[in-house]
Amino acid sequence: MKTSLIRNMLISAALLATFGGLGTAMVMATYEATKDQIEASEKAVLLRNLNTIIPPESYTNKLLEKTLLVPEASQLGNKGETTIYQAWQGKTPVAVAFAITTNEGYSGEIKLLIAIKANGHVSGVRVISHKETPGLGDKIDIAKNDWILGFNDKQLVKSKTSQWKVKKDGGIFDQFTGATITPRAVVNAVYKALDYFNHNHEKLFLDQEKYQQLNSPSSPLKTSVSEKL
Amino acid sequence: MSEQTQSSFFSQYKQIARDGLWDNNTIFAQMLGLCPLLAVSNSVINALGLGIATTLVLILSNMSVSLIRNIVRPEIRLPVFVVIIASVVTTIELIMHAWFHELYLVLGIFIPLIVTNCAIIARAEAFASKNTIGRSAFDGLMMGLGFTLVLLILGAMREVIGVGTLFANAHIMFGDGMQWLTIEVFSDYEGFLLAILPPGAFIGLAFILAARNFYIQKSKQKKPIKQAMITEAKHC
Repeated sequence: MKTSLIRNMLISAALLATFGGLGTAMVMATYEATKDQIEASEKAVLLRNLNTIIPPESYTNKLLEKTLLVPEASQLGNKGETTIYQAWQGKTPVAVAFAITTNEGYSGEIKLLIAIKANGHVSGVRVISHKETPGLGDKIDIAKNDWILGFNDKQLVKSKTSQWKVKKDGGIFDQFTGATITPRAVVNAVYKALDYFNHNHEKLFLDQEKYQQLNSPSSPLKTSVSEKL
Repeated sequence: MSEQTQSSFFSQYKQIARDGLWDNNTIFAQMLGLCPLLAVSNSVINALGLGIATTLVLILSNMSVSLIRNIVRPEIRLPVFVVIIASVVTTIELIMHAWFHELYLVLGIFIPLIVTNCAIIARAEAFASKNTIGRSAFDGLMMGLGFTLVLLILGAMREVIGVGTLFANAHIMFGDGMQWLTIEVFSDYEGFLLAILPPGAFIGLAFILAARNFYIQKSKQKKPIKQAMITEAKHC
């Protein structure tokens, strides 16, 4: 009696384990089979987004391979490192693109790509993902509204930094009816990126290696930069 | 095969199709899987994407459950079903992530959440665990199509009223060549926000259900007493 109970339990456990194993094997096999394709799809989407703000004919290098990781900086507002994509025309720097995530939106994170030309003008801004209110805050999305194009070719001039606000705060950028927080977050993120660019632009076109050398604690340049900030 | 068994063969499948699409539709009759329905039905393409994914999951999970129905003991059948459904959903999620990347980005969390669609485990338990593979696969297909159908109706309603278009973003599903599929129903339409937001989904679904009930009432009056068989699985 007792043995048959234990036997039953063991059979059930073995069956359950078998199906668990089969399920895991299936997921593992699919993961292996789709891994490369997923990576390629993600890169393709990123490149397509980058190409909308840095015209593909303006640069000659491989944008996704020429990246610079800069450490967490309060000016950028990103948590952790920020990835910067460098666009080069031969040996002339064309533009950099920042991948920025801001938490200042109305709901959740807003992920942005902000491209700045080598001369400090905005090349373009795009919202990659957001959870803002449909119909109100989502006008920052190029699919819904042209608002985001308003940043194009603007630059941050020292004497006029107060202009980089939405109109309600006394600046030059439109807010939307019923939604001020969302555009304010985007304007602020672009402002920060431009400010960071203006303070660091001599470093942002460096190789990762050289950048790290320059930024190591022993480097004298580091202190001069932080003083400037 | 004699003529009689052949005709009963067909009538069996016909009954399964009728059940899935109308009589015992997951949404209409069973009221299962409302969460993804309400969340994703804001445009036709989103609805179609989730509908197809759910249908695939239903077919595959029904087939696997039917395949093992004689091996699995009753006391462990539910965990086994859950493992099967979870594996199938994860597989489909990975496939969509790889080859329908933009659709995957739009549907986001609702693809893994197909696991929690009670309609799937309900079919595994109520149908697939008692029927042959062929019938179970067909049942999965029909239940999935029934679900997709409601999603599409609701999606079309909300998209037309809310944004004034149909098949917007068709390229994320069918590739860039299919952009022409997008129809602008009203040009210069201001948009009606309520239809896009969650309340619009509830109101829209209520209208669809009311219309169905009205139709059933009418047809009952014409030929009395043909009670539709409805399985009670509402408290999932």
